[in-house]
Amino acid sequence: MSADVFIVTEHLGGSLDDVTFELLGKGRDLATSTGGQLVAVLMGSGAEGLAAELGAADRVLYVDHPALADFNPATHGAALAAVVGERSPQIVLVGNTSMGMDLAAALSVDADLPLIAYATGVEHGADGLTVTSQLYAGKMHVESRPTGGRCIISVMAGSFDGSAGRGGGSPEVESYAAPASIESSRVRFVRLMEPEAGDVDITQSDILVSIGRGIQSEDNIPMAQELADALGGAVSASRPIIDNKWLPKTRQVGKSGVKVKPRLYLALGISGAPEHWEGMKDSQLIIAVNTDPNAPIFDFAHYGVTEDIFEVMPALTARVT
Amino acid sequence: MHIVVPIKLVPDLAEELEVDASGTALDTEWLRYRTNEFDDHALEEALQLREVSGGTVTAIALDAEEADKSLYTAAAKGADRLIKITGAGEKPSSHATARAFADAIAGLDADLVLTGVQAVDDRDGQNAVLIGRYMDIPHVSVVTGVSIQGDTALVHKEYAGGAMGEFEVTLPAVLGIQAARETPRYAPVGKVRRAMRSATIEELASSGTAEAGSSVTRMFRPEKGQGAKMLTGSADAIADQLITIMRDNGVNL
Ligand SMILES: Cc1cc2nc3c(=O)[nH]c(=O)nc-3n(C[C@H](O)[C@H](O)[C@H](O)COP(=O)(O)OP(=O)(O)OC[C@H]3O[C@@H](n4cnc5c(N)ncnc54)[C@H](O)[C@@H]3O)c2cc1C
Repeated sequence: MSADVFIVTEHLGGSLDDVTFELLGKGRDLATSTGGQLVAVLMGSGAEGLAAELGAADRVLYVDHPALADFNPATHGAALAAVVGERSPQIVLVGNTSMGMDLAAALSVDADLPLIAYATGVEHGADGLTVTSQLYAGKMHVESRPTGGRCIISVMAGSFDGSAGRGGGSPEVESYAAPASIESSRVRFVRLMEPEAGDVDITQSDILVSIGRGIQSEDNIPMAQELADALGGAVSASRPIIDNKWLPKTRQVGKSGVKVKPRLYLALGISGAPEHWEGMKDSQLIIAVNTDPNAPIFDFAHYGVTEDIFEVMPALTARVT
Repeated sequence: MHIVVPIKLVPDLAEELEVDASGTALDTEWLRYRTNEFDDHALEEALQLREVSGGTVTAIALDAEEADKSLYTAAAKGADRLIKITGAGEKPSSHATARAFADAIAGLDADLVLTGVQAVDDRDGQNAVLIGRYMDIPHVSVVTGVSIQGDTALVHKEYAGGAMGEFEVTLPAVLGIQAARETPRYAPVGKVRRAMRSATIEELASSGTAEAGSSVTRMFRPEKGQGAKMLTGSADAIADQLITIMRDNGVNL
């Protein structure tokens, strides 16, 4: 085992995801504590240019292969397993993102390393690693420790400061040969599908009236729209509203939706699951209305109201029309 | 086409969660268990695929509180076959759960395994991907669209911002389902009761096991109080306060 800390970089359409910088920032602290190097694993095809942005790392391990041109759970998984298997880092940080979900658990089996998922905190000290995970949709936090010295940790996007992972020196770039097995993969990338343009761009709105499952029925959406109109804002929503096809996908805030930073985010009947938090945590003013006093949304909202949204919505609308 | 749907039972978050005396686990006394909501999506997608491509759908769960009810509910929704895996232990880790599923499914001649993308208690990783690696079959997670074309599946994997990757996957494969094409169907109580009388749950003894490789040292509720300042009063009084707060924070009304 080495004392190195590996971070798995993530890129789509030629640009690195924010989570990569968050992992670099955290990885830097961890590597200082373990006494190892901070190594960024970059997988792609003709993507070595991205290494210039990974200056916070001591070294970039670059795996280049046509089968890695676009993210692919099978080829990226096999390449990562080969690198980690051979170099034996002490800690591997992966984003708990769509790509990371395919990589982290697979690596755990392939490299026979423990995985601790949904991490929002990672500390390393004289007595080893302590990882804090957000479980039960954010209602409980759990601290865990790996049994041996080594561990894969999948980190919730937005948990660490990305600015600490940007800039810095010019890391040494080492090419690493992809394993031959990725030539014949049982998963083949076909194409990347870009999101369709929506009616409203919620990232451009200063005021968002955001509705969750508490809205109960499609018939109640006009009530939220009236409030949004009165406030001069737009209606956005949590994922279940979009899955129910009550609003278009472009209105979805969160991990698999869009990230918003409005001046006002009014969360109505939204529980505040970690995947929702990822998309709205940087809003300037967060006001949450939820009948459940234990809803996680109250842990990160600025103001909270434990009232029925069907009482609060019309009362607010009446005051601004 | 044989589609197998592994189902996990998880604590119902509508109930209040308490930490037990050990300080490292949930107090099970008041917990109610329910089917992981993403597994409901996986079952729905399996039933929808069967409508298009034919075949059978098998729902499979580990022996646990409410497992029978969850399996009978799957039957009421349309699952053809029900299997319960016994002997996988109390509160198994994600790794142990996936290992038990993988060993059981290996004997079922499955073409496709559909399970939820994640569950609220997956501390050491998600079921779909772990099952895929234990069985050594391909996996794709965060899937919102599946269609079958001969011995391959065409799947859509969701990324942030609504972008999607399209993949062609050689079967058999396991997919972590994020959302079914339709809202998961509901099984009325009467139908579940009828399924309890007519359907049978086959039992399979679990064989292999796996370790999480880590242990929980503390479980706690996120700090309260540091979070939101709570407003009280009538809806009208609250609305008045909210308008003031918005204006004080520079929101242009
Ligand atoms: C890979 C992945 C990606 C995801 N991406 C996203 C994402 O981008 N965005 C997202 O939002 N979610 C996402 N999710 C889903 C997420 O995990 C949660 O399931 C979802 O955010 C819950 O939405 P909700 O808060 O509206 O519903 P619930 O959690 O069901 O909460 C509804 C809330 O409404 C309250 N309520 C009910 N009635 C009333 C009333 N009359 N008045 C006031 N309050 C009321 C309840 O107390 C409850 O807290 C993702 C999940 C996964 C696995």
